[in-house]
Amino acid sequence: MAQPGPTQRGEVPDGSSAPDVIVHASDVHKRFGSVEVLKGVSLVVRRGEVVVLIGASGSGKTTLLRCINHFERIDQGRIFVNGRLIGYRSDARGRLVEERASAIARQRAEIGFVFQHFNLYPNKSALENVTLGPRKVRKMPRLQAEELGRRLLQRVGLESKVDVHPAQLSGGQKQRVAIARALAMQPKLILFDEPTSALDPEMIGEVLAVMRDLAKEGMTMVVVSHEMGFAREVADRVVMIDDGVVVEEGSPAQIFDRPAHERTRSFLAKLL
Amino acid sequence: MLFSTAGLHFDYSFFWSSLVHPSTAFLQGLETTVYLAVIAQALATIIGLLLALARRSKIAPLRAFVWIYTWMFRGTPLLIQLVIVYDGLAAAGIYTFNNISVGSFVIPSVVQAAIVTFTLNEAAYMGEIIRAALSAVDPGQFEAAMSTGMSPGQAMRLVVVPQAVRFIVPPLGNDFNAMMKNTSLASVIGVSEMFLVTQEINSSTFNTFEIYAVAAIYYLALTTVWGFIQSAIERRIDRRWGIARPPRSWWSWTSSWGRRGVETVGATAGTEGPAILQGVGRPREPRGFFE
Ligand SMILES: Nc1ncnc2c1ncn2[C@@H]1O[C@H](COP(=O)(O)OP(=O)(O)O)[C@@H](O)[C@H]1O
Ligand SMILES: [Mg+2]
Repeated sequence: MAQPGPTQRGEVPDGSSAPDVIVHASDVHKRFGSVEVLKGVSLVVRRGEVVVLIGASGSGKTTLLRCINHFERIDQGRIFVNGRLIGYRSDARGRLVEERASAIARQRAEIGFVFQHFNLYPNKSALENVTLGPRKVRKMPRLQAEELGRRLLQRVGLESKVDVHPAQLSGGQKQRVAIARALAMQPKLILFDEPTSALDPEMIGEVLAVMRDLAKEGMTMVVVSHEMGFAREVADRVVMIDDGVVVEEGSPAQIFDRPAHERTRSFLAKLL
Repeated sequence: MLFSTAGLHFDYSFFWSSLVHPSTAFLQGLETTVYLAVIAQALATIIGLLLALARRSKIAPLRAFVWIYTWMFRGTPLLIQLVIVYDGLAAAGIYTFNNISVGSFVIPSVVQAAIVTFTLNEAAYMGEIIRAALSAVDPGQFEAAMSTGMSPGQAMRLVVVPQAVRFIVPPLGNDFNAMMKNTSLASVIGVSEMFLVTQEINSSTFNTFEIYAVAAIYYLALTTVWGFIQSAIERRIDRRWGIARPPRSWWSWTSSWGRRGVETVGATAGTEGPAILQGVGRPREPRGFFE
């Protein structure tokens, strides 16, 4: 990371350590080789908020999500999650260095990630998919983990699929298991990367319904999605990303009905 | 009789009694063949896993070591490796194998040398097989594991490696088939495995065709039994993945023999329907972890 300032671990000079701020990203830059994909993105997500990211393919939405749980290193800027710098710490001279893998893993345990292609473990049953994290990361006893897993699978409407393998689940069912797997770690935040875009149209509703329930229960969510109905109903804020920068953000009504920016207008026009 | 009119002498009763009532020496040779192959294959699989992981390491000299190791062991005849390990090292004063006694049981020096050589040789192949199998596992699996807070080590051990097993078993099975036959090379350093015992019976009876035919039938029995065991293992793994595959036909499992190593990994992955291996083989952008 370039130009690191002297920052104490966890201390945020600009006041974003306010307890209700879950994600605070400021001026995030990310390059792949010579191509700059994120060009100074800033984003604040408060506890219980649902933020929907929209933007054209290749604009950097996935990359931003991946930076938030440190699947990618960033080249410049800061990302705080739960008030702590993610992926980095300051060394004795106040310079930022990458955290140890075990420390990053502990931070990630607090952040759920739901993938576009589900990424369920194909060699494990639905229940095992859900319980592996709690058992191995939280060291939860097997029976307790299974009880938790059954409860979560019930919550996503899959109590009858507990012992079924991913190969025998529909896309919508797979994604609901994936959501249960994320929930099993009792995360403070869940990141969703186009959770319904790999699904047949008739299965999108069941996944969005689960996400809607989560939002109602107060889960903090950052969702990359172009499901306008879902965004209007559930999102507290819609953030439009274009070419690696946040072009504009606001309430769903503001963004969808009265977009201020030409690039937002043309993107929305193409979407319809 | 057909045989005598052809001028061929086939001692049928010697053949039959050697086949049905093999001598104690022959049975001990058979036993040595099996345990040599099993021990060497098992050790080679463990070392192969370490080689495969080292090949992915961030430490460049480690990767270079694995590359050179693999290059040397795959590029020279097993027979020469055997002779170098047993005779060459001793002649050069580097290492001499001595009999080891474990309780009342003695492991002869030649058997030790054979196990070491077969293990080191096979590890080079297993390293490549396991490396290919690890990269056949969708990188999204590693990331999914990491997203639940697993360390990279846990993600490999609990998620990636168990899935790679599915791609490892078919080529490992082919290698083990070859291993059982290649143990006959150990006869050159004097290991009393099935081939050496057969040679000894030949030189005392001169029933050359009969006794080698018997040996061939025993090798065939070993590889055939292994073929069934391998199919059973593969079906069991498929069940773990929730995939019902029809039992392999006689033809399909015999015809998969003889192919060696890495290319069968690809073949295995490629023969699966897209619904079965969701994600695997789908082109993906390389992501940060694998840089
Ligand atoms: N690992 C990578 N290596 C190189 N380029 C990448 C990598 N990941 C993403 N990109 C590039 O970064 C840009 C943004 O990608 P992405 O964040 O996936 O966009 P979005 O999710 O908005 O479609 C694209 O041009 C993509 O090709
Ligand atoms: Mg994307």
